[in-house]
Amino acid sequence: MATRSSLPVRLLKGFAMFWWDFLVGDTPELFAAVVFTIGVVALLSLDGHFNAASVIALPTLAVFALAISLWRASRAAGK
Amino acid sequence: MFSPGVVVLVGAVFLACTVEMVEALTIVLAVGHTRGWRSALEGVGAALIALAALVAGFGPALVHVPLNWLRLVVGGVLLIFGMQWLRKAILRSSGLKAMHDEDEIYRRKVAELKVEHAAVGRDRVAFVVAFKGVFLEGLEVVIIVLTLGTSAHRMSLAIVVAALAVVLVSTAGVVVARQLSRVPENAMKTSVGVLLVTYGTFWTGEGLKITWPGNDVMLFVFVVLYAVVTWLLIQLMRRAHPNVDSAVS
Repeated sequence: MATRSSLPVRLLKGFAMFWWDFLVGDTPELFAAVVFTIGVVALLSLDGHFNAASVIALPTLAVFALAISLWRASRAAGK
Repeated sequence: MFSPGVVVLVGAVFLACTVEMVEALTIVLAVGHTRGWRSALEGVGAALIALAALVAGFGPALVHVPLNWLRLVVGGVLLIFGMQWLRKAILRSSGLKAMHDEDEIYRRKVAELKVEHAAVGRDRVAFVVAFKGVFLEGLEVVIIVLTLGTSAHRMSLAIVVAALAVVLVSTAGVVVARQLSRVPENAMKTSVGVLLVTYGTFWTGEGLKITWPGNDVMLFVFVVLYAVVTWLLIQLMRRAHPNVDSAVS
Protein backbone atom coordinates (compact mmCIF):
# COMPACT_ATOMS: atom_id res chain seq x y z
CA MET A 1 0.00 0.00 0.00
CA ALA A 2 1.35 3.41 -0.93
CA THR A 3 2.08 5.73 1.99
CA ARG A 4 0.35 9.09 1.99
CA SER A 5 2.64 12.15 2.05
CA SER A 6 2.36 14.65 4.88
CA LEU A 7 0.30 17.81 4.39
CA PRO A 8 3.28 20.21 3.90
CA VAL A 9 4.78 17.88 1.27
CA ARG A 10 1.46 17.63 -0.57
CA LEU A 11 1.02 21.40 -0.43
CA LEU A 12 4.55 21.93 -1.75
CA LYS A 13 3.97 19.41 -4.54
CA GLY A 14 0.67 21.06 -5.42
CA PHE A 15 2.33 24.49 -5.47
CA ALA A 16 5.14 23.23 -7.74
CA MET A 17 2.65 21.46 -10.02
CA PHE A 18 0.57 24.62 -10.29
CA TRP A 19 3.56 26.69 -11.47
CA TRP A 20 4.71 23.93 -13.82
CA ASP A 21 1.25 23.75 -15.44
CA PHE A 22 0.98 27.52 -15.45
CA LEU A 23 4.36 28.30 -17.03
CA VAL A 24 5.17 25.19 -19.06
CA GLY A 25 1.95 23.19 -19.50
CA ASP A 26 1.37 22.08 -23.08
CA THR A 27 3.54 24.84 -24.58
CA PRO A 28 7.09 24.07 -23.37
CA GLU A 29 8.45 25.80 -26.49
CA LEU A 30 7.14 29.17 -25.23
CA PHE A 31 8.79 28.69 -21.84
CA ALA A 32 12.09 27.70 -23.48
CA ALA A 33 11.86 30.61 -25.94
CA VAL A 34 11.33 33.18 -23.18
CA VAL A 35 14.28 31.80 -21.17
CA PHE A 36 16.41 31.93 -24.34
CA THR A 37 15.22 35.48 -25.11
CA ILE A 38 16.07 36.70 -21.60
CA GLY A 39 19.53 35.11 -21.90
CA VAL A 40 20.26 36.73 -25.28
CA VAL A 41 18.99 40.17 -24.25
CA ALA A 42 20.87 39.97 -20.92
CA LEU A 43 24.12 39.39 -22.84
CA LEU A 44 23.34 42.34 -25.12
CA SER A 45 22.09 44.84 -22.56
CA LEU A 46 24.01 44.34 -19.33
CA ASP A 47 26.67 46.96 -18.62
CA GLY A 48 24.79 49.32 -20.92
CA HIS A 49 26.24 47.90 -24.15
CA PHE A 50 24.16 47.30 -27.29
CA ASN A 51 21.00 49.03 -25.95
CA ALA A 52 19.61 49.59 -29.47
CA ALA A 53 20.18 45.93 -30.35
CA SER A 54 18.35 44.88 -27.16
CA VAL A 55 15.41 47.18 -27.94
CA ILE A 56 15.00 45.40 -31.29
CA ALA A 57 15.93 41.87 -30.19
CA LEU A 58 13.45 41.53 -27.29
CA PRO A 59 10.17 42.07 -29.20
CA THR A 60 11.55 40.34 -32.31
CA LEU A 61 12.40 37.18 -30.37
CA ALA A 62 8.98 37.28 -28.66
CA VAL A 63 7.23 37.43 -32.07
CA PHE A 64 9.48 34.64 -33.34
CA ALA A 65 8.61 32.44 -30.32
CA LEU A 66 4.89 32.93 -30.87
CA ALA A 67 5.24 32.13 -34.58
CA ILE A 68 7.18 28.92 -33.83
CA SER A 69 4.59 27.79 -31.30
CA LEU A 70 1.79 28.40 -33.81
CA TRP A 71 3.73 26.60 -36.52
CA ARG A 72 3.97 23.56 -34.19
CA ALA A 73 0.23 23.69 -33.50
CA SER A 74 -0.47 24.11 -37.22
CA ARG A 75 1.67 21.08 -38.07
CA ALA A 76 -0.06 18.99 -35.40
CA ALA A 77 -3.46 20.04 -36.78
CA GLY A 78 -2.40 19.08 -40.33
CA LYS A 79 -1.49 15.51 -39.36
CA MET B 1 -2.55 61.12 -14.85
CA PHE B 2 -3.39 58.82 -17.80
CA SER B 3 0.15 57.79 -18.69
CA PRO B 4 0.61 54.95 -21.22
CA GLY B 5 1.52 52.68 -18.30
CA VAL B 6 -1.76 53.36 -16.49
CA VAL B 7 -3.87 52.91 -19.65
CA VAL B 8 -2.27 49.54 -20.48
CA LEU B 9 -2.47 48.40 -16.83
CA VAL B 10 -6.17 49.29 -16.53
CA GLY B 11 -6.97 47.69 -19.90
CA ALA B 12 -5.12 44.44 -19.14
CA VAL B 13 -6.56 43.99 -15.63
CA PHE B 14 -10.12 44.94 -16.62
CA LEU B 15 -10.29 42.72 -19.72
CA ALA B 16 -8.56 39.74 -18.07
CA CYS B 17 -10.84 40.00 -15.06
CA THR B 18 -13.95 40.30 -17.25
CA VAL B 19 -13.04 37.23 -19.35
CA GLU B 20 -12.28 35.07 -16.32
CA MET B 21 -15.40 36.29 -14.51
CA VAL B 22 -17.59 35.32 -17.47
CA GLU B 23 -16.14 31.79 -17.34
CA ALA B 24 -16.59 31.55 -13.55
CA LEU B 25 -20.12 32.96 -13.73
CA THR B 26 -21.16 30.31 -16.27
CA ILE B 27 -20.22 27.61 -13.75
CA VAL B 28 -21.87 29.39 -10.81
CA LEU B 29 -25.11 29.93 -12.79
CA ALA B 30 -25.16 26.24 -13.76
CA VAL B 31 -24.66 25.21 -10.12
CA GLY B 32 -27.22 27.69 -8.78
CA HIS B 33 -29.95 26.78 -11.28
CA THR B 34 -29.40 23.04 -10.87
CA ARG B 35 -28.61 22.55 -7.18
CA GLY B 36 -29.91 25.70 -5.50
CA TRP B 37 -28.30 29.00 -4.70
CA ARG B 38 -27.38 28.71 -1.03
CA SER B 39 -24.42 26.34 -1.34
CA ALA B 40 -23.39 27.83 -4.70
CA LEU B 41 -23.14 31.32 -3.19
CA GLU B 42 -21.32 29.94 -0.14
CA GLY B 43 -18.77 28.39 -2.52
CA VAL B 44 -18.39 31.72 -4.35
CA GLY B 45 -17.92 33.58 -1.05
CA ALA B 46 -15.30 31.12 0.19
CA ALA B 47 -13.38 31.35 -3.11
CA LEU B 48 -13.43 35.16 -3.06
CA ILE B 49 -12.10 35.17 0.53
CA ALA B 50 -9.32 32.73 -0.45
CA LEU B 51 -8.37 34.89 -3.47
CA ALA B 52 -8.40 38.10 -1.39
CA ALA B 53 -6.15 36.36 1.18
CA LEU B 54 -3.69 35.47 -1.60
CA VAL B 55 -3.53 39.11 -2.75
CA ALA B 56 -3.22 40.37 0.84
CA GLY B 57 -0.53 37.78 1.62
CA PHE B 58 1.66 37.95 -1.48
CA GLY B 59 1.10 41.61 -2.46
CA PRO B 60 3.03 43.24 0.41
CA ALA B 61 5.72 40.51 0.25
CA LEU B 62 6.44 41.19 -3.43
CA VAL B 63 7.08 44.87 -2.71
CA HIS B 64 10.26 43.87 -0.78
CA VAL B 65 11.83 42.09 -3.79
CA PRO B 66 14.53 44.27 -5.48
CA LEU B 67 12.81 46.18 -8.30
CA ASN B 68 15.02 44.98 -11.19
CA TRP B 69 14.62 41.33 -10.19
CA LEU B 70 10.89 41.76 -9.64
CA ARG B 71 10.45 43.33 -13.09
CA LEU B 72 12.58 40.67 -14.78
CA VAL B 73 10.67 37.77 -13.20
CA VAL B 74 7.29 39.46 -13.67
CA GLY B 75 8.20 40.36 -17.26
CA GLY B 76 9.18 36.77 -18.02
CA VAL B 77 6.00 35.37 -16.46
CA LEU B 78 3.83 37.90 -18.32
CA LEU B 79 5.59 37.12 -21.62
CA ILE B 80 4.92 33.38 -21.24
CA PHE B 81 1.38 33.88 -19.93
CA GLY B 82 0.53 36.49 -22.59
CA MET B 83 1.89 34.36 -25.43
CA GLN B 84 -0.15 31.38 -24.17
CA TRP B 85 -3.32 33.54 -24.29
CA LEU B 86 -2.42 34.92 -27.73
CA ARG B 87 -1.61 31.46 -29.11
CA LYS B 88 -4.96 30.09 -27.96
CA ALA B 89 -6.86 33.12 -29.29
CA ILE B 90 -5.10 32.92 -32.70
CA LEU B 91 -5.82 29.18 -32.98
CA ARG B 92 -9.49 29.85 -32.18
CA SER B 93 -9.73 32.75 -34.64
CA SER B 94 -8.18 30.65 -37.40
CA GLY B 95 -10.56 27.75 -36.71
CA LEU B 96 -7.90 25.30 -35.51
CA LYS B 97 -9.30 25.25 -31.99
CA ALA B 98 -12.95 25.21 -30.96
CA MET B 99 -14.35 28.47 -29.65
CA HIS B 100 -15.04 28.74 -25.93
CA ASP B 101 -18.83 28.26 -26.00
CA GLU B 102 -20.41 29.36 -22.71
CA ASP B 103 -23.82 27.92 -23.67
CA GLU B 104 -22.28 24.51 -24.35
CA ILE B 105 -20.27 24.63 -21.11
CA TYR B 106 -23.43 25.60 -19.23
CA ARG B 107 -25.39 22.67 -20.73
CA ARG B 108 -22.58 20.21 -19.99
CA LYS B 109 -22.22 21.41 -16.40
CA VAL B 110 -25.98 21.22 -15.77
CA ALA B 111 -26.06 17.66 -17.15
CA GLU B 112 -23.15 16.63 -14.89
CA LEU B 113 -24.70 18.20 -11.81
CA LYS B 114 -28.13 16.62 -12.42
CA VAL B 115 -26.56 13.14 -12.28
CA GLU B 116 -25.36 13.77 -8.71
CA HIS B 117 -28.05 13.28 -6.07
CA ALA B 118 -29.06 16.53 -4.39
CA ALA B 119 -28.22 16.68 -0.71
CA VAL B 120 -30.52 17.78 2.08
CA GLY B 121 -29.32 21.00 3.75
CA ARG B 122 -25.82 22.06 2.70
CA ASP B 123 -24.97 20.68 -0.76
CA ARG B 124 -21.29 19.70 -0.78
CA VAL B 125 -21.16 19.12 -4.56
CA ALA B 126 -22.63 22.57 -5.29
CA PHE B 127 -20.24 24.21 -2.83
CA VAL B 128 -17.14 22.49 -4.22
CA VAL B 129 -18.01 23.06 -7.91
CA ALA B 130 -18.79 26.76 -7.34
CA PHE B 131 -15.67 27.19 -5.18
CA LYS B 132 -13.39 25.52 -7.72
CA GLY B 133 -14.90 27.44 -10.64
CA VAL B 134 -14.41 30.83 -9.02
CA PHE B 135 -11.05 30.04 -7.37
CA LEU B 136 -9.35 28.56 -10.44
CA GLU B 137 -10.59 31.26 -12.83
CA GLY B 138 -9.80 33.92 -10.23
CA LEU B 139 -6.26 32.65 -9.72
CA GLU B 140 -5.22 33.93 -13.16
CA VAL B 141 -6.68 37.32 -12.31
CA VAL B 142 -4.81 37.35 -8.98
CA ILE B 143 -1.53 36.65 -10.78
CA ILE B 144 -2.19 39.44 -13.29
CA VAL B 145 -3.20 41.89 -10.53
CA LEU B 146 -0.18 41.01 -8.37
CA THR B 147 2.41 41.08 -11.16
CA LEU B 148 1.18 44.20 -12.95
CA GLY B 149 0.22 46.01 -9.75
CA THR B 150 3.50 45.53 -7.91
CA SER B 151 5.79 46.14 -10.92
CA ALA B 152 4.01 49.36 -11.84
CA HIS B 153 3.71 50.40 -8.17
CA ARG B 154 -0.04 50.69 -8.71
CA MET B 155 -1.38 47.82 -6.65
CA SER B 156 -4.40 49.77 -5.35
CA LEU B 157 -5.41 50.80 -8.88
CA ALA B 158 -5.10 47.19 -10.13
CA ILE B 159 -7.28 45.91 -7.24
CA VAL B 160 -9.93 48.62 -7.78
CA VAL B 161 -10.10 47.89 -11.54
CA ALA B 162 -10.36 44.12 -10.91
CA ALA B 163 -13.11 44.68 -8.33
CA LEU B 164 -14.96 46.95 -10.76
CA ALA B 165 -14.86 44.25 -13.45
CA VAL B 166 -16.15 41.65 -10.95
CA VAL B 167 -19.09 43.90 -9.98
CA LEU B 168 -19.92 44.79 -13.59
CA VAL B 169 -19.83 41.18 -14.86
CA SER B 170 -21.80 39.91 -11.84
CA THR B 171 -24.49 42.54 -12.40
CA ALA B 172 -24.60 41.81 -16.13
CA GLY B 173 -24.68 38.08 -15.37
CA VAL B 174 -27.68 38.45 -13.09
CA VAL B 175 -29.50 40.64 -15.65
CA VAL B 176 -28.82 38.55 -18.77
CA ALA B 177 -28.79 35.25 -16.83
CA ARG B 178 -27.68 32.64 -19.35
CA GLN B 179 -26.77 34.78 -22.35
CA LEU B 180 -23.06 34.93 -21.53
CA SER B 181 -22.25 33.38 -24.90
CA ARG B 182 -22.87 36.82 -26.44
CA VAL B 183 -19.75 38.20 -24.78
CA PRO B 184 -17.06 38.47 -27.50
CA GLU B 185 -14.75 36.33 -25.43
CA ASN B 186 -12.12 35.49 -28.04
CA ALA B 187 -11.70 39.12 -29.10
CA MET B 188 -11.26 40.06 -25.43
CA LYS B 189 -8.78 37.23 -24.90
CA THR B 190 -6.80 38.40 -27.92
CA SER B 191 -6.69 41.93 -26.46
CA VAL B 192 -5.56 40.64 -23.06
CA GLY B 193 -2.86 38.54 -24.76
CA VAL B 194 -1.58 41.61 -26.64
CA LEU B 195 -1.54 43.70 -23.44
CA LEU B 196 0.18 41.00 -21.35
CA VAL B 197 2.90 40.44 -23.97
CA THR B 198 3.30 44.23 -24.19
CA TYR B 199 3.84 44.57 -20.45
CA GLY B 200 5.94 41.39 -20.41
CA THR B 201 8.29 42.83 -23.04
CA PHE B 202 8.47 46.19 -21.27
CA TRP B 203 9.19 44.84 -17.77
CA THR B 204 11.64 42.21 -19.00
CA GLY B 205 13.55 45.01 -20.74
CA GLU B 206 13.44 47.21 -17.63
CA GLY B 207 14.66 44.27 -15.51
CA LEU B 208 17.57 43.80 -17.93
CA LYS B 209 18.34 47.55 -17.72
CA ILE B 210 17.30 48.36 -21.28
CA THR B 211 16.65 52.08 -21.80
CA TRP B 212 13.44 52.20 -23.84
CA PRO B 213 13.24 55.11 -26.32
CA GLY B 214 10.42 57.37 -25.11
CA ASN B 215 10.10 55.36 -21.87
CA ASP B 216 6.38 54.54 -21.27
CA VAL B 217 5.45 55.53 -24.84
CA MET B 218 7.04 52.23 -25.94
CA LEU B 219 4.04 50.49 -24.36
CA PHE B 220 1.81 51.94 -27.08
CA VAL B 221 4.37 50.99 -29.75
CA PHE B 222 4.35 47.39 -28.46
CA VAL B 223 0.53 47.28 -28.35
CA VAL B 224 0.40 48.28 -32.03
CA LEU B 225 3.26 45.93 -32.99
CA TYR B 226 1.76 42.86 -31.28
CA ALA B 227 -1.76 43.65 -32.52
CA VAL B 228 -0.51 43.82 -36.12
CA VAL B 229 1.56 40.64 -35.71
CA THR B 230 -1.46 38.84 -34.21
CA TRP B 231 -3.66 39.87 -37.15
CA LEU B 232 -0.98 38.73 -39.63
CA LEU B 233 -0.56 35.38 -37.87
CA ILE B 234 -4.34 34.79 -37.94
CA GLN B 235 -4.35 35.47 -41.71
CA LEU B 236 -1.37 33.15 -42.24
CA MET B 237 -2.98 30.36 -40.20
CA ARG B 238 -6.24 30.70 -42.14
CA ARG B 239 -4.36 30.48 -45.44
CA ALA B 240 -2.42 27.45 -44.23
CA HIS B 241 -5.65 25.67 -43.27
CA PRO B 242 -8.29 26.82 -45.78
CA ASN B 243 -10.47 23.77 -45.22
CA VAL B 244 -11.27 24.38 -41.58
CA ASP B 245 -14.36 26.46 -40.79
CA SER B 246 -13.27 29.88 -39.66
CA ALA B 247 -14.53 30.51 -36.16
CA VAL B 248 -14.60 34.26 -36.56
CA SER B 249 -16.55 35.98 -39.27
